[in-house]
Amino acid sequence: MTVIVDYGVGNLFSLRSSFGAIGEEAVVTSDSAEIEKAERIILPGVGAFADAMEKLRASGLDASLRRAAEKGTPILGICLGMQLLFEKSYEYGEHEGLGFIEGEVRPIPVDGLKLPHMGWNALAFGEKKHPLFRYLQEGDYVYFVHSYAAVGCDPSVIARTEYGGAVTAAVAKRNVLGCQFHPEKSGALGLRILKAFCEIKEGEL
Amino acid sequence: MITKRIIPCLDVRNGQVVKGMNFVGLREIASPVELAKQYSESGADELVFYDITASSDGRDLFTDVLAETARNVFIPLTVGGGIRTLADFDRVLKCGADKVSVNSGAIADPSLIGRAAKVYGDQCVVLSVDVKRVDGVYRVFAKGGREDTGLDALEWIKRGVSEGAGEIVLNSIDTDGVKKGFDLEMLRAVSEIVSVPVIASGGAGCIEDFIRLFKTLPKVDAGLAASIFHFGEVRIAELKKEMKRNAIPARIVKE
Repeated sequence: MTVIVDYGVGNLFSLRSSFGAIGEEAVVTSDSAEIEKAERIILPGVGAFADAMEKLRASGLDASLRRAAEKGTPILGICLGMQLLFEKSYEYGEHEGLGFIEGEVRPIPVDGLKLPHMGWNALAFGEKKHPLFRYLQEGDYVYFVHSYAAVGCDPSVIARTEYGGAVTAAVAKRNVLGCQFHPEKSGALGLRILKAFCEIKEGEL
Repeated sequence: MITKRIIPCLDVRNGQVVKGMNFVGLREIASPVELAKQYSESGADELVFYDITASSDGRDLFTDVLAETARNVFIPLTVGGGIRTLADFDRVLKCGADKVSVNSGAIADPSLIGRAAKVYGDQCVVLSVDVKRVDGVYRVFAKGGREDTGLDALEWIKRGVSEGAGEIVLNSIDTDGVKKGFDLEMLRAVSEIVSVPVIASGGAGCIEDFIRLFKTLPKVDAGLAASIFHFGEVRIAELKKEMKRNAIPARIVKE
């Protein structure tokens, strides 16, 4: 069963519905025991980095996530949930993240383009396509809404998009994965990303 | 490259999608959930739901319809109509909305924009503005286009963005329902003064109107329309192909 971590940040309605649509059982919870015994974990998030980290720490869920990550549970961070996986963010100050993946989160250097980077943009996978994208093709579009992006994480990048330069769209380090875009808002293809995540076997990562 | 968005708008009253001409002459036409599904499958990039009911019964029916749509359609949903308080934001966000559009509610209390942006983020707050030319200036109208507020539209939009609106829907009352194309002059004026995405609304009658919009005004991010989609006068899949043929970045959905 998939566990969607509820730590009081963001709207979980669509995420929960999208698991219903792909016929996968998912439970929304803030219970650390449930998170630690989950088969796989979704870490959602919308809003500000510092506030979200604060809520994870206050509820002790940061430690639960760390234990789950260490024992190999597949974790998928979405949007802000992905950003939290990194060591640091520079959104309104300097804030420490979960540190599961090397890298940091900085404002997208847009050079005259609009922020947030909001809308549908194309994915580029590089040389090797990660199992998360097994149902997608190079150039497929997904939905983004963000003003900050992960940098300094080259070894973990599994997809990029183009917005005034290359922008990190998805990352993976063994069992810890993250999408900057919203699979639950990316139409049929987005649902296939969630399906692929549910199908990932530990040995594949 | 980020694509130009095509956004069908569903005006919902008593649980049904309706469409009027120049803000009057409403009539009921279809099930919002079915329409939303069709649009999503044919490549709509986003959907806007406007609640045009006044009664509280109608409001409950609207949130039911919204939740039912959000359970079945996995593209961004924006909700507007009757949004006056943070509690209204909360009500529709809990039913699956991703963005909330404010109009008369923000005119009555401009602090609503900033308060909502602080809680839900700028990206969640869409400022929808109904604009009409009065004595040669762009004037903001409230209450579904019936009431001249006396506000200068460009000033109001600038203020809205500085308060925290993350997106502007510019609806030209002068071209709405006329089907002779978007109000390019008005859209140009607005897109030159703001740094957030601008969605063009009012006046699209055919595919060519969208092509002209994006070619003439590259700063406009999206085109919104209602009846031409509902009645099948413009098919989204064809529109997207035509955009691509004209080198306008578009997301094509394989059917």
